[in-house]
Amino acid sequence: MDAIILQILNGLDKGSAYALIALGLTLIFGTLGVVNFAHGALFMIGAFCAVTLSRILNLSHEVAVPGETDFLGNPLMRDVPYMYDIFGEATGAAIIDWSVPLAILLAIPVMILVGVIMERGLIKHFYKRPHADQILVTFGLAIVLQEIIKYYYGANPIPTPAPEAFIGSFDFGALIGFEPGTIIYPYWRLVYFAFAALIIGAVFAFLQFTTFGMVVRAGMADRETVGLLGINIDKRFTIMFGLAAAVAGLAGVMYSPITSPNYHMGMDFLVLSFVVVVVGGMGSLPGAVLAGFLLGILESFASMREVLEILPGLNQIIIYLVAIVILLTRPRGLMGRKGVMED
Amino acid sequence: MFGLNKKDGSLLLLVAVLVIFAPFLLNPFPEGSAMAQFNAGYPDLMQRFVIFGIFAIGFNILFGLTGYLSFGHAAFLGVGSYAAMWMFKLFGMNVLPALALSVVMSGLFAVLIGYVSLRRSGIYFSILTLAFAMMSYALAYSVLATDMDGPDQQGLLQKGLTGGETGLQLTLQDPRILGSQATEDGNLPVPNLFGLEMRSATELPVGDWVFTFSAGYYFSAFVMLIAFYLSIRIFRSPFGMILRSIKSNQQRLNYTGMNPRPYMLAAFVISGMYAGLAGGLMASMDPLAGPERMFWTASGEVVLMTILGGVGTLIGPVLGAGAIKYMENIISKINSDILHSWFAFLPDGLEDLVVTLIYPFIGKGWHLTLGIIFMLVVIFLPGGLVQGGQKIAAMFRRKKAEEPKSASTEPAE
Repeated sequence: MDAIILQILNGLDKGSAYALIALGLTLIFGTLGVVNFAHGALFMIGAFCAVTLSRILNLSHEVAVPGETDFLGNPLMRDVPYMYDIFGEATGAAIIDWSVPLAILLAIPVMILVGVIMERGLIKHFYKRPHADQILVTFGLAIVLQEIIKYYYGANPIPTPAPEAFIGSFDFGALIGFEPGTIIYPYWRLVYFAFAALIIGAVFAFLQFTTFGMVVRAGMADRETVGLLGINIDKRFTIMFGLAAAVAGLAGVMYSPITSPNYHMGMDFLVLSFVVVVVGGMGSLPGAVLAGFLLGILESFASMREVLEILPGLNQIIIYLVAIVILLTRPRGLMGRKGVMED
Repeated sequence: MFGLNKKDGSLLLLVAVLVIFAPFLLNPFPEGSAMAQFNAGYPDLMQRFVIFGIFAIGFNILFGLTGYLSFGHAAFLGVGSYAAMWMFKLFGMNVLPALALSVVMSGLFAVLIGYVSLRRSGIYFSILTLAFAMMSYALAYSVLATDMDGPDQQGLLQKGLTGGETGLQLTLQDPRILGSQATEDGNLPVPNLFGLEMRSATELPVGDWVFTFSAGYYFSAFVMLIAFYLSIRIFRSPFGMILRSIKSNQQRLNYTGMNPRPYMLAAFVISGMYAGLAGGLMASMDPLAGPERMFWTASGEVVLMTILGGVGTLIGPVLGAGAIKYMENIISKINSDILHSWFAFLPDGLEDLVVTLIYPFIGKGWHLTLGIIFMLVVIFLPGGLVQGGQKIAAMFRRKKAEEPKSASTEPAE
């Protein structure tokens, strides 16, 4: 029993990332009808927002330490981040420590901007082109974005630690009445799950309870009629693209302590997220979220040692196997609607 | 000629002539001159031209005719390579059985993947094929690379079926029941065609020029010509017609009482076999097979070749494959010193600026250039080089003749 709970918990963080990326993909697909192969790159850019902010906060200048000299007799120099000068030592250190959560504030405007530029600058011209062209142009864009990041940040993963308060693990089992020491879970993964749940909830609430969201939902159902009612639906869809980009970016920011950001992390997640979208049902938001968590947890079960002893390497292919079975038995995916992408 | 009409026959003849004289045509600059780095007439690169040409021709049979965009075609290339390697390890170094096995294995693999993927169309199909290719990559990279159980005296399966990250290589211990385990001086044997070694080459110095004729190149080129001929026949056959009709209006095809799925599957398998043939040839030229041949970037590359050349045209994929491989080779060779020497005529400050601007796109930045070319072609030239050439030709023709716009001869929808 404790092993099962542990695997479910382990699957939650990856599942959260899948769910967030798949949510954005589905949102873009449902509103604009575009298949965005560059969505993984947005996730990656988000993670590099965290890297950038942590680098900015760590910018420092050298200060002589009074009364101390190095072995040559010169005054001893020490790096002091500018943050210490501005906010004082204690607050400055705390700000640097919290650079990953703070990067959320940086990522939201950056990602919305990137998303809107992408939509207005490129994807707008591809609405009337075949899906194959949309896939190809966003695929090219993904390569370009990835290579730009690689050029500036190098090919190696960049470790980006979580705030000190969340480093380490806690005994989750003891909390829910198991023997101590059976279910140990890192704090940050729980934070990530809570964060993902919050974002997903916010997106659904935004679509469900605001006038803007209502118009967007109406536009998803019948774009033409909404346009005939005198509503500028294109503008709203552009904003939704920015929002989807922000969701992917935030997923990337918060994921950076779990996997050190590298330039190809976006593509690694993108392929799986597409599978998640297909399993969940194209164009279905709850389907994407459900399938994301489901596949994340399944993957975690498949990487248990007991399972790997019987079927080695199952964790590498389980998601694809599930996708194949689902598509053969339920071609529209778990929660797919009729008439969406049936051409 | 060979059941082709005059136009197709002359096209085949043109390609054949180009391919036969490629060692001359691709080597226009004399050895040792400043432009010599733009030469492409050495065997290794020419082999890649024709092998990727085969890959792209096969991909075009699927994508060009039916419009189904497969994003996982590299999986078949990888399967073909592995199959050829196993033939070399188990039976002997003759390339013909190796190629036969790679075509058969990739064909079987394509039946499997095609049967599942073709249940969906459009983007579902693209995503499914992508997922399958990534699954094959993961399998080749780790799962199939673990040691199989049981005693294995020869160490054949020591690193599994695929050899994992390092790839599948020949060893002196391989059985090779129909050939020799090692050459007389104890080296690894080389892939050959009834004794003609694939890597043997003759050089012909003419003045400052050195032309290289490689057995491997001419063998691959011969295979490519056959592949090209078959693709022309497929394009002109009733089978090709049905594939085209799937692209233009699948629903209407359904209404006429045709079930398109068997035709689709046939096209998918044929194009998978072409990819397997290309993979087998790759292993024959350089006996090594690694999982990176199945990675999604490799699949993306063949899509790009086909699109750059011209989707659905006969000659396009060959042109595209040549153009991409040539650019890859040349651009990744350029470094900042070469750039400096090119722009040495500019004043110093300007020279540095120009070099700094261009630097991200060359050398290791080749993929960036590739991505940009990809986007530009899709945005501005969806018909590829062939369409571009036709546009330019049409421009000249109109200027000369000043003919009035002829009525559209597009078929009615």
